[in-house]
Amino acid sequence: MHDNPWLKNSPNLSRRAFLEMSGAAAFLFGFSVPLRTTRAATKVLTFAPNAFIRIDRQGEITLIMPQVEMGQGVYTSISMILAEELDADWSLVRVEHAPADENLYANPDLGFQVTGDSTSIRAFWQPLRLAGAAARACFIEAAAHSWGVSTAECRTENSQVIHDQSGRTLDYGALVSRAATVTPPKAPPLKEPGAFRLIGRSQKRLDTPDKVYGKTVYAIDVLPPGVKFATHAASPVVGGTVAHVDDRRAKAIPGVRQIVVLDDLVAVVGDHMWAAKCGLAALDITWNDGPNAEVSSDLIWSRLRSASLRDGVVAKEVGDVKRALSAAGESSNEVVTAAYELPLLAHACMEPLNCTVHVTPTSAEAWIGTQVMERVHVAVAKAAGLPESQVTVHNHLLGGGFGRKLEADMAYTAARIAKQVEGPVKVVWTREEDMRHDIYRPAYRDLLWARLEGDRIVGWKHRVSGSSVNARFLPRVFQKGMDPDSVASAQDIPYDIPNLRVEFNREEPPGVNTGFWRGVGPNNNVFSLESFIEELAHKAGKDSIAFRRAHLDKTPRLQAALDLVREKSGWGTPLPTRCGRGVAAQISFASFIATVVECEVDKAGEVKLRRVTSAVDTGIAVNPDTVIAQLQGGLIFGLTAGLYGEITLKNGRVQQSNFHDYRMLRIDQVPPIDVHLIKSGEAPGGIGEAGVTASIPALRNAIYAATGVALRRMPVDRNLLTTGART
Amino acid sequence: MITLMINGERREVDVPPDMPLLWVLRDVLSLTGTKFGCGIAQCGACTLHLAGKPVRSCLLSVGAIGARAITTIEGLGVTPNGTKVQKAWLDLEVIQCGYCQSGQLMSAAALLDAIPRPDDADIDAAMAGNICRCGTYLRIRQAIKRAAEA
Repeated sequence: MHDNPWLKNSPNLSRRAFLEMSGAAAFLFGFSVPLRTTRAATKVLTFAPNAFIRIDRQGEITLIMPQVEMGQGVYTSISMILAEELDADWSLVRVEHAPADENLYANPDLGFQVTGDSTSIRAFWQPLRLAGAAARACFIEAAAHSWGVSTAECRTENSQVIHDQSGRTLDYGALVSRAATVTPPKAPPLKEPGAFRLIGRSQKRLDTPDKVYGKTVYAIDVLPPGVKFATHAASPVVGGTVAHVDDRRAKAIPGVRQIVVLDDLVAVVGDHMWAAKCGLAALDITWNDGPNAEVSSDLIWSRLRSASLRDGVVAKEVGDVKRALSAAGESSNEVVTAAYELPLLAHACMEPLNCTVHVTPTSAEAWIGTQVMERVHVAVAKAAGLPESQVTVHNHLLGGGFGRKLEADMAYTAARIAKQVEGPVKVVWTREEDMRHDIYRPAYRDLLWARLEGDRIVGWKHRVSGSSVNARFLPRVFQKGMDPDSVASAQDIPYDIPNLRVEFNREEPPGVNTGFWRGVGPNNNVFSLESFIEELAHKAGKDSIAFRRAHLDKTPRLQAALDLVREKSGWGTPLPTRCGRGVAAQISFASFIATVVECEVDKAGEVKLRRVTSAVDTGIAVNPDTVIAQLQGGLIFGLTAGLYGEITLKNGRVQQSNFHDYRMLRIDQVPPIDVHLIKSGEAPGGIGEAGVTASIPALRNAIYAATGVALRRMPVDRNLLTTGART
Repeated sequence: MITLMINGERREVDVPPDMPLLWVLRDVLSLTGTKFGCGIAQCGACTLHLAGKPVRSCLLSVGAIGARAITTIEGLGVTPNGTKVQKAWLDLEVIQCGYCQSGQLMSAAALLDAIPRPDDADIDAAMAGNICRCGTYLRIRQAIKRAAEA
C-alpha cells in the first residue's frame, strides 16, 4: 500500500478553501475538452481538495491526470478510479493533463514525474482511491451540516449526497462552496470492491471520439501563431560533429528561412515542412565521425559475447547452485546450457519525434508529447539558458510512447534549435532521423545453465549480459553493479527451483545509446527464461504446460492461467505438418499470464501466424476492455519484434531507416488473438507491456514445436527454418 | 496559386507545385487530422480520398491534383460510409494512441465504397498499407465488418 503524499503534503491542500480559476483552459491545450472558454474566462469558484480533482459549481468534475495517455487507456482508467471513490456522475467527468510538477505528480513507485514500467495503475491505485474518497467525504460532511443531520445518515451516488430518511438530495455542484471549508480526511473509508460501480465494468475511453474525428491535437499538430517548421540532420555517428556545411543550394529554395548549424546537427527552418525537407536535402554536410566511426554490429556483438563469459553481479542466490550444477554423472543428469540473444530495437512510434519550442530572452514555451514532463521542463530550460521558473511545457496525447518518450533528448535538441530562431519553431524528425537517432532497446546475451533430476529442475543459473539503462536513466537504483530492471522477471522467476543463482553483467555497447523499450527488462528475461524452460521440458520428455505447471505449486495464479490457456488454445489437438504451438508463462509487471502462439513454418522458412491465445490474471481489471486491448496490441508488438525487429550498425551508422527496412506486422499477417481474463480480487497488476514479453518466447517455442529448430536468437532467422536446415 | 477542392470547399494556396498535399494540408491550411508517419508511402498515416479513392498524400504533389475532390478525416463524417466506419470504430473501441487512425478510417471508408461487403481477403488487401504500431488490427477488422452490416 502506498501512502498518499498529496493528501498529506499537497500545497493545494493547505490552500484548499477556494481556488480561483482564471486560466483553467491553459492546461487544456492539445486535448479538446468541452470546457467552455466563457466560463474559464470569468472567475469560477472551484472545490479542489487535492491535486487530482476540481469540481465547479455547475458540478462539472475536472480530473487532473498524473500519468500520460499514449494509447494505453490510462486517462480513462485513472478517471474511473477517482470517479469510483468520489461517486461521481461519470457523464460530468472531464480530464486535463497535469502540468510539469514533480511535487504534485511524481509517480509513487518511481519517485519522479514519469509514466512507465506499467506502473500507472499499480502506483496510483491507492493514492487515487484515497483522493476520490476524501473529496466524497467533504461533500457528505457539507451536506450533513447543511441539513443538520449526522454524516452516517448520508450516502452518495452519481454526484449527489442523499439523505434517505428525509428524501433530500444535494448535487455536488451545489455543495462546492461548503465542501471547500471542510478539511479533507487523511484516511477516508474506501469502498469494498463489491460496491464498485465503475471499476471492473468496461467504460468507453474518454479520448476515443476526438481521435475518430481527427480532432485530437498531438504535439506534432500544434500551430502557435507565427510558427515556423524545421527538420534536421544529426551526426549519423554518435559523438560525431559537423565539419563543414555548404548551404548555398538550400538557401535558394523558396520557403527556406534559416539554416541552423550546431556542433552536432544542422537544421533547416522554413515556412512549412516541405521547404525544410527540401532545404535539408540540398545541404552539403561534411561530418567528423569522431571516435565511433568504426562501430559495427559485429563489434557490438563480439564485445557482448566476450563480456558474457565473465561472472556477473549476483542478484539472487538460493541453495547451493555450484553443487547442484556440478553433481552431474549419468548422461540424463548432465548440465544443460544455452545462450540466447536479443538485438537492438527501435521504438518506431507512429508519431515521429517532434517538439515545438518558442524561446525568447526571458521565457521559453514548449509543446510536446512526453512520458517525463519534468525532465522535459529541465531540458528545455537548460537548452534555452533560462531558469526553470521561466519555462512552460504543454503536454499532449502521445502518438505512441513505448519508452522512447521516457527520454528528453528530443526536447533538448528542439530547444537548442529554437534558441537560434525568432518566434516559435516546430522541429519534426523525419522518419529516417527518428529511426537512426533512437535510444535503442539494448542488445542482450543471456547464458543459462540447469540440471534436471528426473523431470525436476534441481539447479539453475541465469546470467544476463547487456546495458544497464538505469545506470544512466535513474542512477540511484543502480547500486554496486546491479540494475534491478535488467534482472526483472529473472530474479523473481516463478518456477520453484531449490538451487538458483541469477547474475547481471553490465556491458554497454560502443557508439549507440540504449534505453527503455516496451517490456523493459522482462522482455529480455522472459524470452530467455521461457525458451530455456522449453528446452528443459523437451529434455525431460514432458508436455510443455505440464512441465511448467509442476514447478509452479507455490504460484497458483500462474497455474490457473496455464490451465485456462491449455483449455482455450486447443492445446494438444492435432495440427498439420510444420505447424506448432508454443507456450510461455510469466509474472511480469505483477500480472500472471500464460500465452500460446500457434504458427506454421513453410519450406522457405517463412513463419505464418495461425492463432494466439492468452489467459491473464492481472488482479482487479479497472477497465477490462482496455486490459484486453493492451494484451492484443502488446502481443502484436512482441510478434513484430520476434519476426522482424533488428537494428544493425556499420561504420558507426544505423543501417535501417524507415518501415521498408524496419518492418512492422500488418493486418494481413495478424491472426485471431483471444484474450481471456481471469476474475480476481487482487490489487491491479501492470498490463501495458505484459503482452510484449509474452509473445516473443511463445512464438519462438511454437517455431520449435513446428520445426524442431531451437532458435537461440531473435528475430527469426528464416535460413535456419528452411526444410532440412538444423541448428 | 493552386486551387484545391477540400471537403467541399475551394481553397487557394500559394505553394510550389511539387509540394506534397500532406504538408499543404497540415502546415498551410491547418488541417492537421491527416498525419505524417513515414514520408515514403509505407505506413498509410497520411491516407485521404482523392476523387473517392484512397491515396497517400505524402507523395501526392499538389500540382497534379487539378479539380479532383479531396476528402480528409475532417470531412469524412459527411460521407455515408465515413459515418458508418466512425461509428463502428467508436462502438468497438478500436483506438489506442490514435495517431494512425485517420489513415485507417480513410482506407476503411474507401474499401466500403468499393466493396460494400468485404471479406477477410478484401480487408487484408485494402488495409495492409496502413501500419498500426499499437496493434489495433483485430478491432479494425471487426469494425469494418460491423460498418458493412450497418
